[in-house]
Amino acid sequence: WPAEMIQAILVFNNHGKPRLVRFYQRFPEEIQQQIVRETFHLVLKRDDNICNFLEGGSLIGGADYKLIYRHYATLYFVFCVDSSESELGILDLIQVFVETLDKCFENVCELDLIFHMDKVHYILQEVVMGGMVLETNMNEIVAQIEAQNRLEKSEGGLSAAPARAVSAVKNMNLPEIPRNINIGDLNIKVPNLSQFV
Amino acid sequence: MQKLPPGGQCIPTGGAPLSQKPAHGSQLRMPAPIRLRELIRTIRTARTQAEEREMIQKECAAIRSSFREEDNTYRCRNVAKLLYMHMLGYPAHFGQLECLKLIASQKFTDKRIGYLGAMLLLDERQDVHLLMTNCIKNDLNHSTQYVQGLALCTLGCMGSSEMCRDLAGEVEKLLKTSNSYLRKKAALCAVHVIRKVPELMEMFLPATKNLLNEKNHGVLHTSVVLLTEMCERSPDMLAHFRKLVPQLVRILKNLIMSGYSPEHDVSGISDPFLQVRILRLLRILGRNDDDSSEAMNDILAQVATNTETSKNVGNAILYETVLTIMDIKSESGLRVLAINILGRFLLNNDKNIRYVALTSLLKTVQTDHNAVQRHRSTIVDCLKDLDVSIKR
Repeated sequence: WPAEMIQAILVFNNHGKPRLVRFYQRFPEEIQQQIVRETFHLVLKRDDNICNFLEGGSLIGGADYKLIYRHYATLYFVFCVDSSESELGILDLIQVFVETLDKCFENVCELDLIFHMDKVHYILQEVVMGGMVLETNMNEIVAQIEAQNRLEKSEGGLSAAPARAVSAVKNMNLPEIPRNINIGDLNIKVPNLSQFV
Repeated sequence: MQKLPPGGQCIPTGGAPLSQKPAHGSQLRMPAPIRLRELIRTIRTARTQAEEREMIQKECAAIRSSFREEDNTYRCRNVAKLLYMHMLGYPAHFGQLECLKLIASQKFTDKRIGYLGAMLLLDERQDVHLLMTNCIKNDLNHSTQYVQGLALCTLGCMGSSEMCRDLAGEVEKLLKTSNSYLRKKAALCAVHVIRKVPELMEMFLPATKNLLNEKNHGVLHTSVVLLTEMCERSPDMLAHFRKLVPQLVRILKNLIMSGYSPEHDVSGISDPFLQVRILRLLRILGRNDDDSSEAMNDILAQVATNTETSKNVGNAILYETVLTIMDIKSESGLRVLAINILGRFLLNNDKNIRYVALTSLLKTVQTDHNAVQRHRSTIVDCLKDLDVSIKR
């Protein structure tokens, strides 16, 4: 049964370097990478004044699927959809996604996508779920993302671990640390831990 | 020297410098795994593919060691790095189990990256994914809505038939919640469940009763998607849902007449995405049914004549309206209106609109030959267009 859905969402730059790769239909790993490359080559050939729709490449399913894309500065946003989706609607959807990124990152640029790939995925997840459109109200999406980011922040975030570890040790009441431990015939030299005390 | 007891720890003795790699089982930890940002920066300095590959391999080895140490603190940053490398095309399957550990963590931060990793790295073909079922079940009932949201999202993206069978009841419960954030996700998750296990469609029927009473557009939107899926799969459901036509017409009417609503406004049109969705559902309900078609006649005429065409959003709605008019049992006046809209599209400056109009006309020519003939000359002009997509 052909399911009406978005098969994949790909974002790459003018040189074909992938910036976001999200498949909603399962393809084997090697094929996924090939699809990214094939899609890039198909899209790169297009002039800027040509229409934004083309048939999917052979790897993704050929004429049964359509590639709908928009070109923003150095980035291509490509949505691969099955033929029953509305092409014009998808164009609008791409715009919603990009404008939402713009709101979340404040004048989004390629570098934002490069260094915050995970955050871009989280934003996309609030727009498209399981290959279907979930939410198109940008203010809603931004509010939900900000709430989740606050939740992460309150836990310390991805990289806060060492800071917490160090402060945890600092808060321990460490008594005088022996410089040498002698147990029977064993002589153990204790390393200098002064920076933690 | 005395023999160390089993499981004993050893530290280099006799003046061995600490900078040397510690022996296996040492209580000295490896240096902290680098942050995602650092890895990205490093990789960007690579001047060749070979250099990049080398850096990646080095980091993968470090990540593997870190995973072996079973350290909870660094797991999430390691998985984040793995996902980045995976996007560049490098293998990341050794991180699959780590994603599951993150999902089982108490922390939202861990779950967030863990679930993302699962969605990007795992699929039905690995047995590992079944281990997620219990975690998802717990998270669907979590006290924090964003955790519930993550679980719904993951299930709705990659849930296998077995997982869907196990968890359909939880999804059905959430379909009835008053929390609109969860309700809209539950609706799309239900679509996925139905696609995987069509026999389960019946169990969602009771929950659909009140879906269209929602004020929240996100919920309305995904509800219409769910109803559409059910109607497309089952003639019985289709017959059952025909009674919703008046309500759908009312909602559409409110969207058109509502005037400016900053929340849902896109270029002066109120929630074009929802309008398109409703038009599509009306198409399915009105097909081959005189009564339903008649009930939607007026609203279709209204949308066709009142929609602003200066921006793409307006044209997307018009296009959908045309498709609906042509597919249902509409009166001839309405059909002529539809073909004329298509004719106008052919003259539009925007190439996308011309392309879309041509494809529709090609389909329509079989059913409404005469009406299409009137626009023959415009069609021929379009074929002179150099645009390859349009030519085809």
